[in-house]
Amino acid sequence: MISLLIFFPLLAAVATMLVPQGAKNAKLVALTAAVLEFILSIAIVFQFNPAAGRQFTEDYWWVASLGISYKVGMDGISMLLVLLTTFLVPLIILSSFRHQYKNPSLFYSLILIMQSALVGVFVSLDGFLFYVFWELALIPIYLICLMWGGKDRVRITLKFFIYTLFGSLLMLVALIYLYLQTPGNHTFDINALYSLHLSASEQSWIFWAFFIAFAIKMPVFPFHTWQPDTYTDSPTPGTMLLSGIMLKMGIYGVIRWLLPMVPLGVHEWGTTAMILSVIGVVYASCIALVQKDFKRLIAYSSIAHVGLISAGIFSLTVQGFQGGMIQMLSHGINVVGMFFIADIIMSRMNTRTMSELGGIRNTAPVFATFFVIILLATVALPLTNGFIGEFLLINGIYQYSTWMAAVAGLTIILGAVYMLTAYQKISLGEKNKLTETFSDITTSEKLVLVPLVVMIFWIGIYPKPFLDIAEPSVKALLSVIHGAG
Amino acid sequence: MNTLIILSAVGVLALFSEMLNFKKALGAIILLGLVGAFAADVMAWNTNRHYYNEMMVVDNFSVAFTGLLIVITFLWFIMSPDFFREPSSRIDHFALIIFALIGGQLMTSYNNMLMLFLGIEILSIPMFILAGSNKSDLKSNEAALKYFLMAAFATGFLLFGMALIYGATGSFQIQNITQFIKSQQGNIPVMLVAGILMMLVGLAFKVSAAPFHFWTPDVYTGSPTVITAFMSTVVKTAAFAGFFRLFSMCFESSSATWANTIWALSALTIIIGNVTAVYQTSFKRMLAYSSISHAGYMLMAILALNQYAQGSILFYATAYSISSITAFAVLLLVSHLAGNDSIESFNGLAKKNPLLAFATVLAMLSLAGIPPLAGFFAKYYIFTAALQQHYTGLVIIAVMGSLIGVYYYFRIIIALFKSENDDVVIPVNNTFKVFLVVTSVAALLLGIMPQLVAGIL
Repeated sequence: MISLLIFFPLLAAVATMLVPQGAKNAKLVALTAAVLEFILSIAIVFQFNPAAGRQFTEDYWWVASLGISYKVGMDGISMLLVLLTTFLVPLIILSSFRHQYKNPSLFYSLILIMQSALVGVFVSLDGFLFYVFWELALIPIYLICLMWGGKDRVRITLKFFIYTLFGSLLMLVALIYLYLQTPGNHTFDINALYSLHLSASEQSWIFWAFFIAFAIKMPVFPFHTWQPDTYTDSPTPGTMLLSGIMLKMGIYGVIRWLLPMVPLGVHEWGTTAMILSVIGVVYASCIALVQKDFKRLIAYSSIAHVGLISAGIFSLTVQGFQGGMIQMLSHGINVVGMFFIADIIMSRMNTRTMSELGGIRNTAPVFATFFVIILLATVALPLTNGFIGEFLLINGIYQYSTWMAAVAGLTIILGAVYMLTAYQKISLGEKNKLTETFSDITTSEKLVLVPLVVMIFWIGIYPKPFLDIAEPSVKALLSVIHGAG
Repeated sequence: MNTLIILSAVGVLALFSEMLNFKKALGAIILLGLVGAFAADVMAWNTNRHYYNEMMVVDNFSVAFTGLLIVITFLWFIMSPDFFREPSSRIDHFALIIFALIGGQLMTSYNNMLMLFLGIEILSIPMFILAGSNKSDLKSNEAALKYFLMAAFATGFLLFGMALIYGATGSFQIQNITQFIKSQQGNIPVMLVAGILMMLVGLAFKVSAAPFHFWTPDVYTGSPTVITAFMSTVVKTAAFAGFFRLFSMCFESSSATWANTIWALSALTIIIGNVTAVYQTSFKRMLAYSSISHAGYMLMAILALNQYAQGSILFYATAYSISSITAFAVLLLVSHLAGNDSIESFNGLAKKNPLLAFATVLAMLSLAGIPPLAGFFAKYYIFTAALQQHYTGLVIIAVMGSLIGVYYYFRIIIALFKSENDDVVIPVNNTFKVFLVVTSVAALLLGIMPQLVAGIL
């Protein structure tokens, strides 16, 4: 079942690649595949029993002599992230329909390969398998950014690739080290890695090896320098994949691998990680305040949001974890929505500089409504999904340290400031020569925005189904961490 | 043993083909001969027989490496552009390549220092000629001369080392030397240590490990590209097989005396190879430095010497050779059209010929060690073997090295996708297409099922 979920997009990618050059139906093939994948994941949700913990497990030897197995399974945490992936990818594909990308069959098949790797990351229960999927996700997104990115793409994408690969390789060394510590015939099985009981000093360096890998992916301050350029210069579907789903790989890595594997290391260095995350929150918010380019502003706001999620996770409280889970979903939905809005503006006005815009609300009221809903969700207005996530996160951080909660709480205020200013500059005020020509959104654009808005309100008003899926797994995981620490 | 006979027969037949007027059939004869040699090689699996008064031993290690050498030589013949055409010197070249392969086989299966020396010489002498085979090109002449002088120099070290070892132990025979070292129980005579280190230097020349690597870039760049492809795959693999065999089977119990030296050689090779490759503008020269850096990784396996090491060095050599030969094959076509071998000549290849670009991307990703390609598992095996012996520092250097590697391998990938205005379509014949598909599939397949190769040792 899960294998189907992983490999179906891969097969679909091959099918998409075989669509002849120049034919227009590559995107339709890809969209159909992504929708089928979503339906498949929904079918899995209905069979999913949150209380049962890890389920749908499949375990086969891959390289038996090295203790590497193909072991996959899902608990509530994996389930939510897989759902996020399968929900967003069709929307991302749909959102790209407005553009004519050259060589579309390759473009869409890379997106599908990416989806396959992402699902693989979220369900792997073998350290080696996890690493392979983790790296596999990097290649398609690199090629997407390289081939369809902006002007300065060569330099930026290479920096992005080497940066993230650096982290990955550190993680690989740590993984091999852990593997060699497993008793008997060594194994990468997650259960074996959980029950290693290494000394505190070993756990400390392993903590850093893993943390840097994940922190680069998220990104957490000060490992974020690749992010704004990459987000800004990538084609919008690439940015959406990066920010909507790929950065969740980093957070997921912390939850699934880092925390339970090296609890003593977390005990030692968790506070440092939290401080870095909180610094990132404030720092990125402050930089976002002075951005002129709307896409760049979203990129920085993304760093702030992820910093908050990371801090909440490292608080090691149920609220922090649950908030992290909800906020991962919310952030994925909101940031994809925001980048889509930015893309619509960019493609119509040929500029992302906010000061050149204004008065769009008058020329395109429907568009402005969608814009304001997504924007308010991003600044965590009550009744939207952002509020639930941030409330729980700050609650969790508060239990850990009042001061940090106070500082991290600034993100809500600062977020409101820069987001509303942006809205004011773009949408309100007098329309000018440029924005007069702004046409309201089309049906295909609505098809993307409506599901996003529905999710914003669903999670904002009734988050219980999502919280229920994750809760038993979160509690189980926390008991593992606290039990060992 | 039959392998050796078949190969020698093919080599001699090739020499006589002009005289006896069957040069048209030569291609088929060589390919058939290689297939036959490979079959004979496979038959020798698990037989473990000794030949010529213990001079040669056909054990699984030698069978595996000989098999690899034959397969790469087979691929080399397929990709060699002269193979299906008929320039005048074709026959000599092919005979020389077969003889070099015979030398390579001796280097994997020697049981006596003299056989190692003979193997190296049989391998090297054809290579000197082939390096200079582009007679009208000054660079090619320079390469041949440089290669010859440097190899002679290295051989001097090697022979001196052997002589010292003979002086210390009274034998050239591998088993006798091993027994002598064991009987010393740690008190190894200085003469023996000096001998081992001398041989180490000689072999480091052969595998182009830093700081004995400086001949490599010039020789690799100056030689005709086809010959460079052979040098960087078959010759390198054979040299490593010989190197590994000597240190794992003969000098293992004295590892305290040479481990630190290899550690330093390996670290230095990885750093110098990778860092210098970054600054290259010629693809061929970049591949030369990349081959230096890969020698550094393979040295780690010699250092580790545990149950993983044999399989890991075999796998590394396989993965590296397959990807390198693909890269050289693409270079052959591209440089032929562009008239030079700069990285720029790869610009826009993705548009000009998607298959070539696809094969190049896979080869570069594999050389860079990105999963799920063969090169990743190759590095993984080596790193694991080294970490198991607690060479954490070296592994970290190697990791940094592969990170730098990504930078220059990706320059090629970036070039492939650069938009070019001229829409020249590069014609590729069917044999070449099959070659590219086979090597690409092999790189992927070995990345997914590494046990196919690594598991046999």
